[in-house]
Amino acid sequence: MTTTSRWRALTHHHLFWPVAVLIALLLVNVPFTPDFFSINMTDGHLYGSLVSIVLFGSPLILVAVGMTLVIATGGIDLSVGAVVAITGALTCSYISDQADQNTLSAVFLAMGIGLVAAVVCGLWNGFLVARMGIQPIIATLIIMVAGRGVAQLVTDGQIITVNSEPYKLIGGGYWLTLPFSVFVVAAVVAVTVALTRRTALGLLVESVGGNAEASRLVGIRSTRIKIMVYMFCALCAGIAGLMISSNTSAADGNNAGLWIELDAILAVVIGGTSLLGGRFSIGGTVVGALVIQTLTTTIYTIGVPTQTNLVFKAAVVIVVCLLQSPKFRAKVFGAKGLKGPRRDAAPVEPAPAPDAAPKMEVSR
Amino acid sequence: MAEPQPVLEMTGIVKEFPGVRALSGVDFRLFPGEIHALMGENGAGKSTLIKVLTGVYSLDGGTITLDGESARFGSPLQAQQAGISTVYQEVNLCPNLSVAENIFIGREPTRAGRIQWKRMRKEAAELVDRLGLDIDVAAPLSSYPLAVQQLVAIVRSVGTGARDGAGLGTKVLVLDEPTSSLDRDEVLELFRLMRQLRDEGVAILFVSHFLDQIYEVCDRMTVLRNGTLVGEHLVRDLDQVGLIELMIGKALDQLEELHEHQLRSDLGETLVKAEGLGRTGGIAPFDLEINKGEVLGLAGLLGSGRTELARLLFGADQPDNGRVTIGGKQVSMSAPNDAIAAGVAFCSENRKSEGLVPDLTVRENIILALQAARGWTRPIPASQRDELVARYIKALDIRPADPEARVGRLSGGNQQKVLLARWLITQPKLLILDEPTRGIDIGAKTEIQKLVVSLSEDGMSVLYIAAELEEVLRLSHTIGVLRDRRLVARLTNGPEITTSKILETIASGEHQ
Repeated sequence: MTTTSRWRALTHHHLFWPVAVLIALLLVNVPFTPDFFSINMTDGHLYGSLVSIVLFGSPLILVAVGMTLVIATGGIDLSVGAVVAITGALTCSYISDQADQNTLSAVFLAMGIGLVAAVVCGLWNGFLVARMGIQPIIATLIIMVAGRGVAQLVTDGQIITVNSEPYKLIGGGYWLTLPFSVFVVAAVVAVTVALTRRTALGLLVESVGGNAEASRLVGIRSTRIKIMVYMFCALCAGIAGLMISSNTSAADGNNAGLWIELDAILAVVIGGTSLLGGRFSIGGTVVGALVIQTLTTTIYTIGVPTQTNLVFKAAVVIVVCLLQSPKFRAKVFGAKGLKGPRRDAAPVEPAPAPDAAPKMEVSR
Repeated sequence: MAEPQPVLEMTGIVKEFPGVRALSGVDFRLFPGEIHALMGENGAGKSTLIKVLTGVYSLDGGTITLDGESARFGSPLQAQQAGISTVYQEVNLCPNLSVAENIFIGREPTRAGRIQWKRMRKEAAELVDRLGLDIDVAAPLSSYPLAVQQLVAIVRSVGTGARDGAGLGTKVLVLDEPTSSLDRDEVLELFRLMRQLRDEGVAILFVSHFLDQIYEVCDRMTVLRNGTLVGEHLVRDLDQVGLIELMIGKALDQLEELHEHQLRSDLGETLVKAEGLGRTGGIAPFDLEINKGEVLGLAGLLGSGRTELARLLFGADQPDNGRVTIGGKQVSMSAPNDAIAAGVAFCSENRKSEGLVPDLTVRENIILALQAARGWTRPIPASQRDELVARYIKALDIRPADPEARVGRLSGGNQQKVLLARWLITQPKLLILDEPTRGIDIGAKTEIQKLVVSLSEDGMSVLYIAAELEEVLRLSHTIGVLRDRRLVARLTNGPEITTSKILETIASGEHQ
């Protein structure tokens, strides 16, 4: 195997472009913030830009991981932002009603109430999509709009603040020198990967998303799988909701998780999962979410004026998406490839599995 | 004898897909005024070669020379503008528009930005007339049968590139399986048009699975096997047996074997029993029994209810009335799961839309049915899975023999084998095969038919649907005849049953 073939195998890996973009974005920060990569230990806690990116990106990663599975079944879930708000509202209002907000059992119960509500939202979405056959974008629009109303109903239209040390830990606390949310995210990602790849769930989800009718005829209970996936997505959004409200010690029915669904969808797409459904990549989604969070951080550190930062974000996203398109890469970088014999053509479909690439190097 | 200059010359064509080398150094040439057949089994590289030629795929190596000049097509449009037109198996036209509009779509004659409708109709009528066709160009395309639509597609493509609509701009016309859904008279009309175009100097590349048609209309043929060139021959120099041997790369003895095979006569007890099973708009209520180890063939015209009957037996559609017992137990048939649990497997005639998940790998597609039956919580252990998949890839000779290859990349015959493997792995009691040999080459066809025979010998019941009566007759113990969505007769196969006898039954609608 030659160096070029190794390089090809690397560039054709499905995580190559997302990771490349992430690294590039991180490097952009260095001229503006020379100590961007430095991490300091203060009071037994690690601080630094990288730590903040992971800390502030945690809710997005959670939501995006759930979204990945929904998108893999060929659906989409617009309601995650509202679910974030509902969970935060229910949990905070329960905690704020307690005489002693620091009681562990009460905090656990409050979180349980919030998460159950989230899962119920997911059940409703799944029911509408899988049982009633409503288009996912419409079905989840219902909770996207109505859910904010529910959250406000719970909080009486107010911003509920809590003062609970144990609750503060989830989104704002530290454990073993790292933000506690990092552990939550790691646990959820690990559970998701295990759930999809250690069992056959991932295969069945990809099958349903790849060809729904063929999946029905092969005996896959796609209704059940879809409902499960929507519930899981809502659960992830619920945990994100706990994190966000814990970080600010407040539940804001109006603004908590606002537009997070769009960032999450974007993260999934940057991570290489097709919106058409089928194959998905949890690892890609995590990188995608980190790209978006890094982008947000970068906008602040390089001092893009606030009024133009959405335009800046859009421009970067367009570049990322173009870089990921094999067609675009063939057009732009194709001329260079012509020099190498018979190596210029980009595959018609997205990058092949990494282990398939070396087999092409037959006679060279 | 000095050979004329070829209009198209492809040299050393290479096309690779991840893990697959679809074409390795294929040479191909096409002379003006000839009908040239491109022959080969499924997966031999015919479609890939055509797609490289017409700009659908980019080239990984080799050169294309058109009219003596080097050419490279980045898109079908570029190829079209250079004078290479293609008509595919499925008609890609707009049925709601008129014939004239379809012929001129995308290159309507305009003046000052406005379409000159009158001129368009006039020129379309002239073109149709000149090609000896009797078609009213003002009528909507949908008012014509599929065969005529196909002819319109050809008229459209030979008209492309013509500057004033009068001449033919096309130098090369590619016809990819244009005859697969036409009846005999329609095929003759198509051939007449092809011959006329040939006589006007158009080079025609013709792909068909029907060998008789090749010998009827073609002048020269190029044979591919496994992505390499096997030979180029004048049709009159190579007989059918020789051609088939070239295509499959082995002698015909193995094909003969099947013809001499004796159907197993000692059938087991009743396995499947349907009573009054029917569905409004699908098929009238029918009674049916299938014994263990029996091959029940269904014969009937397209749309006579063959597929509908099969789908009811699988629970793919829900019956309005009647009941099904399998192995003595009643099965509700409210969903495919019920039938699968009772040991029924169903290979749909629509491999792509109802069978495979193109994005998934060969391995994933093969284990899908078994995994679905086990549920998501009990994955098949990796070692057992790999062993099963390897065994079936080998047994059915799936190519490429790479479990990681994406199914969407495989040829039709190999996709069919993947589908078969998926169900065989579940060890069904009744295997329903709906048109398993459609659109696949003679080698794979024979393999699949041999497989059916051996499965039946091992005690598996098979419901076999095929448009070719010979195929049904060869394999079946019993033949169910359908007509107008009704099961009209059940014939026990024997020496007195012939294709003409079956045809008579279909025609008369009753058992004689």
